[in-house]
Formats: sequence, C-alpha cells, structure tokens
Amino acid sequence: MSDQENNSSDIAIQVEGLTKSFGDKVVVRDLSMTVHRGQIYGFLGPNGSGKTTTIRMLCGLLTPDSGRGTCLGYDILKDSRLIKERVGYMTQRFSLYQDLTIKENLEFVARIYGLRSPTRAARDAIDRLGLNGRENQLAGELSGGWKQRLALGACILPSPDLLLLDEPTAGVDPKARRDFWNEIHALAADGLTVLVSTHYMDEAERCHQIAYLAYGKLLTHGSVEDVIRKARLETWTVTAPDLHALAIELENTPGVDMVAPFGNSLHVSGRDRQVLERTVENFKKREGQVWERSEPSLEDVFIDLMQGTSDNFSGAAPR
Amino acid sequence: MTNSSKRVGSTGFSRFVAMFAKEFIQLRRDRVTFATMIIVPLMQLLLFGFAINTNPHNLPTAILLQEHNDIGRAIVAALENTKYFEVSHIAQSSAELDHWIKSGEVLFGVEIPANFARDVRRGDNPSMLVVADATDPVAAGTALGALDGIVKTALRGLHAIPLDNSSTPPFTISTQRRYNPAGVTSLNIVPGLLGTILTMTMLIFTSLSVTREVERGTMESLLAMPIDPLQIMLGKITPYIVVGFAQAAIILVAGVTIFSVPVDGSLALLIVMTILFVTATLSVGYTFSTIARNQLQAIQMSMMFFLPNILLSGFMFPFSGMPGWAQVIGELLPLTHYLRMVRGIMLKGADTGDLSTQIVWLTALMLASMAIAVTRFRRTLD
Ligand SMILES: Nc1ncnc2c1ncn2[C@@H]1O[C@H](COP(=O)(O)OP(=O)(O)O)[C@@H](O)[C@H]1O
Ligand SMILES: [Mg+2]
Repeated sequence: MSDQENNSSDIAIQVEGLTKSFGDKVVVRDLSMTVHRGQIYGFLGPNGSGKTTTIRMLCGLLTPDSGRGTCLGYDILKDSRLIKERVGYMTQRFSLYQDLTIKENLEFVARIYGLRSPTRAARDAIDRLGLNGRENQLAGELSGGWKQRLALGACILPSPDLLLLDEPTAGVDPKARRDFWNEIHALAADGLTVLVSTHYMDEAERCHQIAYLAYGKLLTHGSVEDVIRKARLETWTVTAPDLHALAIELENTPGVDMVAPFGNSLHVSGRDRQVLERTVENFKKREGQVWERSEPSLEDVFIDLMQGTSDNFSGAAPR
Repeated sequence: MTNSSKRVGSTGFSRFVAMFAKEFIQLRRDRVTFATMIIVPLMQLLLFGFAINTNPHNLPTAILLQEHNDIGRAIVAALENTKYFEVSHIAQSSAELDHWIKSGEVLFGVEIPANFARDVRRGDNPSMLVVADATDPVAAGTALGALDGIVKTALRGLHAIPLDNSSTPPFTISTQRRYNPAGVTSLNIVPGLLGTILTMTMLIFTSLSVTREVERGTMESLLAMPIDPLQIMLGKITPYIVVGFAQAAIILVAGVTIFSVPVDGSLALLIVMTILFVTATLSVGYTFSTIARNQLQAIQMSMMFFLPNILLSGFMFPFSGMPGWAQVIGELLPLTHYLRMVRGIMLKGADTGDLSTQIVWLTALMLASMAIAVTRFRRTLD
C-alpha cells in the first residue's frame, strides 16, 4: 500500500473524494485536499459549510460515506486508532471536563496518551501555557481565552505530529487571538502540521495555505496569493456621496459581479475585465465619484466564489 | 520535546487509570450525587424500619370457641397477655372466622375445637388452630413467634393439668399463614433491601455515565483520544464498585442493628459476592448508557429494568410460586441470584459450594452485558 510511502513523505494529510451526508443532506461533497508537513493550513468557510465535519472525518470521529485518504500516512478509514495516537484535536466547543481542574484535565490527557510522568507533564504544560496559579481552578470557571489556552495545551501535551484546530479563536479577544497565532507559528516552526478552521478573514493571511469551503464544497485552495490570482477578479474601489444607492444601482449593472461595502467605499468586482472597465468608464463621468483600480481582497474572492456556488447549488437541488 | 512528554510502552493500564481517576474526581466533586449515594440507602432502610412495624401490638383477633371452659378462657387470656393479640371478634362458626380474616377485619383467627379441654387433661396433646393473615409478614411473623411461649405457660395453675416438665406439652398450636405462605419475614427483607437498593443506585449512576459525556460535549474529545471502549468502561465502572461496596456496608450495619439480622455464613464471602453483584449491575447500567441517546432515555431504561427486578427476583413474591415464564425472566436478573446468595449466606450459613450456581450465573450475566456494552459503544459521532 501507499501508506508506508506517505509515512515518510512530507505529506501530512491527503484525501480524495470525501463525501458525508446526514440524512439526505450532503454536508461535505467530493472533497480532496493535500496538506504538507510543517504547514499551517487554513480551513475557511461560512458557518455550516462542513469544516467541522471534514475535520472529524480526518481524525476518525466520523466515517465518510465515500472517498479515501491518509492522515500522517495512516488510512483514515482503517487506522483511526493509530491516527488518534499522533493527532491533537481541539474541538470547536470546549470539550474538556468542566468539573475537573486545569491540572486534573491535563493529567487525564497525559495518562490517556501514556506519558511517563503525567504529573510532571501536566506541570510542564501549566508552566508553558502561563497557567501558573490557576492550576487548581475548575476548567468550567475559566474565561473563553483561558479555556482556549487550556484546550490547546491539552492538545499539544502528548507532542502530536498533527494539530486539528476547529475554530480555535472563535469568541476570543484580539490580543488572545494574536498570542494564539504566534504560538501556532512557533509550533509549526518546530515541525508540527496544523490544520486550523476559522471564519476570520484576517487569520487566513497567517496561514501558509488556505482552502475555502462553502456548502460542503471545496471551492479553492492554495496560498492566499494563489487563491486571489486564480479568482481572476477585477476590483475597483469607489467613493461616492450616497454609497447605498450606488451599491444597489451597481448590482444590476453589466460586468459587476459583486459589490461589497468597505468602510467609506465600495469594492466593485467583476470577472469580465472588459465589461467591468466599460461600466466603470461610464460611472466615472458622474459627479462626486472617485474610482480607483485596486487589488481584490480575499474576502472579495470568497464572496464571489460563494455567490457562484449558491447559484449553482440552488439551481442543482431545488429545495 | 521535553522529557516529560515521553510515552511509555504499554499504556492500556495507564488509560484505565486515567479514566478511573477522572471519574473518581468527578464523582467526589458532584456533591448531590455523592450525598444521594449515602442518603438513599439509609433513608430506605429507616423508612422500612419505621413503616414496617416490627414489633406490633394489639392486633385484632377473632376467636371461635367450640366449647366453653376454664382451659379455653386461660388460653385466650394468655394470648391477650402477650400484648400481640387483642380479641376483637367472637365467631360463631368457622365460616364467620374465615370471613373476618378475608375481609381484613382481623389479622388472626383462633379456633379451639370441641373436646379440647378433655384431651388436654387426658394428656392427648390436642391441637388448636391459629390462622394468620400473612399479607403483612412482619406483623404476622412476630405475633406467631410469641405463640410458643403460650403453650407452656397458659395452663399453669389450672386444675388437673399434666406437669409442664413432662416431655410432651399439654397441647399444640398449629398455625396457618394465609396469603403469603412463604412467610417472608424481616430477615428476608434486609437481604432483599440490600439487593434492591444496590440495583437501583448502581443502575442509575452508570446508566448516566456515557450519555452525560455525550450531552456535555466531552465525548468528542474523548473519542478523539487513543482510548478503547473497554478501558472507558472499566474506568467508569470501577469507582462505583467502591461506592456500591460502601452502600452495602451501610445497609448491612444498619440492618443488623435495626432488624437484628444474623450473618450466619462467612462475612468475607458476603463481601466478595456483593462486589460481584455490584459489578454485574454496574455493567448492565453501563450497557444502557451506551445504548441510550440521552440521559432521560438512560433513566427510563434503568426503570424498565428495575421493575422486573423488584417483581420477579423473589424479593416481592416467592420465586417458586411464580409461573414458569416469570421464573425464566427472573433467572436473567442479577438480583435474583444475589438474593439467593445473601439469604443463603446470612440466614443459612451457605458457603461457596452452595452458591456455585449463583456465582456462575452472576458472572455470566456480568460478562454478557460487558460484551454488549463494549460492542455497542459508539466509537464515532456518526
Ligand atoms: N451530526 C449531525 N447531524 C445532522 N446534521 C449535521 C450534523 N453535524 C453537522 N450537521 C450539519 O452539517 C452542516 C455542516 O456542519 P459543520 O461541519 O459543523 O459546518 P462548519 O463547521 O463549517 O460550521 C451544517 O448544516 C450542520 O447543521
Ligand atoms: Mg464548525
């Protein structure tokens, strides 16, 4: 089998055609992706797009309806027990024991993974996480940021090879978010592979590679630059006195595929460069409008991708 | 990586320890549950202790005298002297006596036959009848127990009675229990109580253990860790073995004190059998926990299992008196076997050899339910 090959190769995750439905609702469809070792791989997509479901399939918590793949060289369908030994999974919802203290939770994890000295391992982790003085606090009494630190600490305690982090920064304040990402980068620098889901656009910029999911489909992937380039989106920024009226007007104008307000300006994007340029020329003649050519942001790209899919989606499967 | 994060080779046991320690801490920290474990058995015992009046007095009694003379009067007086019996009805016929017992107006019917006095004086050792309504076995049992004393003393000092130091007593009292011929006595109640209380608490606590993890969301983390269903099960059951053992100790000590139940057989054997029974019951509860979708379902399943335990184990009704199908169901319940063990050990001094059938049954039931639990355990969130 190719298992052994992959084990030594630099591929951490490789899956093909993963599909999962609940009832008659397809939640993940035909998903293929490759994650290289040592990478931070961002998993982006709106709520309900299937990020959690995909992550669960990777670590053996859900069985795919079809598709196959490997995680750390192990078959995700047959070797989930071995995968679990080497993977740290941080769930979207805090899922350590609220009625155990920080120390007790960490010792529990240390024992499960058979660490030689659970007490010492827990104490080291507490030091590393800066949780000193809180070790005897019940996990349920911690604030969101501290819970997240504890959960991450528990995940990395057994020194896994792969981290699966499911929206780790949801509901956490900006400073804690920044610290968290610094920590992730430090871990990746040590050789750990990190797959992290998020719906914060700014966090995408901190990943080596990203994938964008919507309605269970992986719409695009690559580095942030790749993704933007591949979208072949032409974007203009416009400022005008009545942005709202202008936005409504632009949406029904040929060549404009997407209008998104950004502060005091609008991002106007289109896939057909020539048609969009003609439209812009027409609008430029108007009083008080300032048009500037600009780079599409990741968000522009995603919104555009989403619109395309939702159209297809509702067209293909009328509800 | 740091030295402390090195893993040791064989970790099956370490995983069990992880689970056990975690469950034990949670159990200790959950004060309500913890208090319930201690209070429920005590409360039940005390309720039984007070509700079942073990030393009842002045129980309504009907008498039917087929002849009227000094001996009859002396016996009736002696009955009333025991303070247990109070003659409230005088019957004119056996039919009337039966009617009063049946209707519950009296708990006892005393019948002194014709020619009784003559036979006593001749030394023929005649027999009189005491019929007891044994629906309330404790009341009936204690009062009937007092009859022995009457035989010797009732006729003392009467004219022309054979000496009471002779080998044969002057007369005999034949007793007849109605409605509860097995005569479940308080001695039977304590073992029964021990078994039912353990069944109830053990079932409820473990039946919640898996569903609780699912409902609190901790199951997702647990399943993502390298731990097997067997280690989870053993880790979750073991702390409750300790609890079950403590409960059994409380019930036994209180039972011996309140009900003066003897422990004729080996106490060590009783302890070992109790641990076996507790483990078997915990396994059943745990099995429910792996099947139930939520805590409510788990409780419902426990109750559905608890009911036949009460009715068909021989606790409520004598086992041998039950119809065949009920006996078959009864044999499949751990409590049935435990009751036989406890009654055997406490009241009859039974040893391991006497109990081998029960030991085999209990062990088989335990292993079967553990096997079901481990295979039914959902390893994924599908
Ligand atoms: N166990 C389940 N049963 C039924 N539907 C589910 C289940 N888990 C997830 N879903 C549905 O699948 C879709 C994708 O969910 P999820 O993978 O959690 O998305 P995301 O993590 O991207 O928000 C959602 O519409 C969700 O309601
Ligand atoms: Mg999610």
